[in-house]
Amino acid sequence: MNLTWTTAARVLAQLRFDRRTIVLILVLPCLLLGLIAWMFRGTPVLDQFGPMLVGLFPLIVMFLVTSVATLRERQSGTLERLMTTPLGKGDFVAGYAIAFATLALVQALVVVGFATAVGMDVAGPMWLVIVVALLDAVLGSCLGLAASALARTEFQAVQMMPAIIFPQLITCGLIMPRDQMPELLEWLSRVFPLTYAVEAMQDLAAGAEWVDVRGAVAVIIMFIVGAVVLGVSTLRRRTP
Amino acid sequence: MMNNASVPDGGAPAAAVRVRGLGVVRGGREVLHGIDVDVPERQVVGLLGPSGSGKTTLMRAIVGVQDRVTGELTVLGEPAGSPGLRHRVGYVTQDASVYKDLTVTQNLGYFARLAGVPASATREAVAKAVATVDLGGHERQRVGTLSGGELSRVSLAAALVGEPELLVLDEPTVGLDPVLRRDLWDTFRRLAAGGRTLLVSSHVMDEATRCDRLLLLREGALVADTTPDELMRTTGAPDPERAFLALVERASAGEVQPR
Repeated sequence: MNLTWTTAARVLAQLRFDRRTIVLILVLPCLLLGLIAWMFRGTPVLDQFGPMLVGLFPLIVMFLVTSVATLRERQSGTLERLMTTPLGKGDFVAGYAIAFATLALVQALVVVGFATAVGMDVAGPMWLVIVVALLDAVLGSCLGLAASALARTEFQAVQMMPAIIFPQLITCGLIMPRDQMPELLEWLSRVFPLTYAVEAMQDLAAGAEWVDVRGAVAVIIMFIVGAVVLGVSTLRRRTP
Repeated sequence: MMNNASVPDGGAPAAAVRVRGLGVVRGGREVLHGIDVDVPERQVVGLLGPSGSGKTTLMRAIVGVQDRVTGELTVLGEPAGSPGLRHRVGYVTQDASVYKDLTVTQNLGYFARLAGVPASATREAVAKAVATVDLGGHERQRVGTLSGGELSRVSLAAALVGEPELLVLDEPTVGLDPVLRRDLWDTFRRLAAGGRTLLVSSHVMDEATRCDRLLLLREGALVADTTPDELMRTTGAPDPERAFLALVERASAGEVQPR
């Protein structure tokens, strides 16, 4: 457990040197939200879709950042070296997850704060929006960790985002209400974590309370745990 | 040496690494086969051979990150790759494997903590490792801004900082100037005198003279397990480079004969 925190601190120290990435992670979602707020000014669109976007941006950004960061670790030879040290595979994955969750927390606070400032009015409790946004970001980084195991090159790592996130985006109910989709797609959407993330945010926008979204939150947490387990199990101490 | 507990009655030092009938398959090809080797404790053992001869694969097998290894491989009394060995063995990969976006101190501090150095003793351990590889003055510099030679010394220091009993170094002197190379070999000798065992690979044959023992690999097989003096005597060659060539030629001739 100790080495988990040591690793998280190391990853955060690396991030601290990369100011441009931090600025992009914090400013970019705000900029995009700002565009939407501007486009639909005077309508309730931001109130309806704002929470969903507040949940989606962190998930996508964190997925990309984490999958590239872990791939870099594989390619630079540092992962091979780490595998000769007492660092456990779980320490490695959890260390990364904690470091990026910290960044995700800051991102969630900044993005929700900005969205509120430009007029997003959520009917449900705001703290729950922040919690779900944070969980989405953690889910994104854990999926990114697991996906990076499948990628051998940077090109493949970047392609993992459309491969893993886009099908979820299409079926999560954002494009078409899920009950109007073909039955097979509707069924498929139930096994994707993004569906529950978007559903929770939609409900919160419509005034849901903790009791209404706790089921979705539990599913997101289960997927986070599953992605961490997958990330650990795809990590190999011995490689060809 | 006589009262040293690790020296058995025969006088030969105990083996830090014992390899019997080792084989490794990579990409459907047998890259190492039938390797029998002992790396004696407290010695600097050179692993020499041309590029592609299997040096790195053998080292990876010893530190326990090589897949598809067959045969017997005992490191410090335990099977290679055992969890108990991970803080007793230090491995330096061929390319510097440290974090280029962190400072020298941050890198070494991280690897010290991983090796089990307590937080209170980390600063001291880092300072010691920095001094050993002669990087004083660069402590707060980001590793990515260092020169190639400095970079490989940070990578070496990252293995030294945990004070492992066995150091496995893959071409640590490649790309270094002659002065630095000599200094590093002095460091290796000092570490061995201090009780460590070092397995150092190189394709610079002149470095062979600085080793206690030499292992010569060629095409995945052991061509010789000898000492520098013995190598020169048996081949009658004027320098290690030509001694190695003589051995390789002898081995190739031996391969052809049975046909």
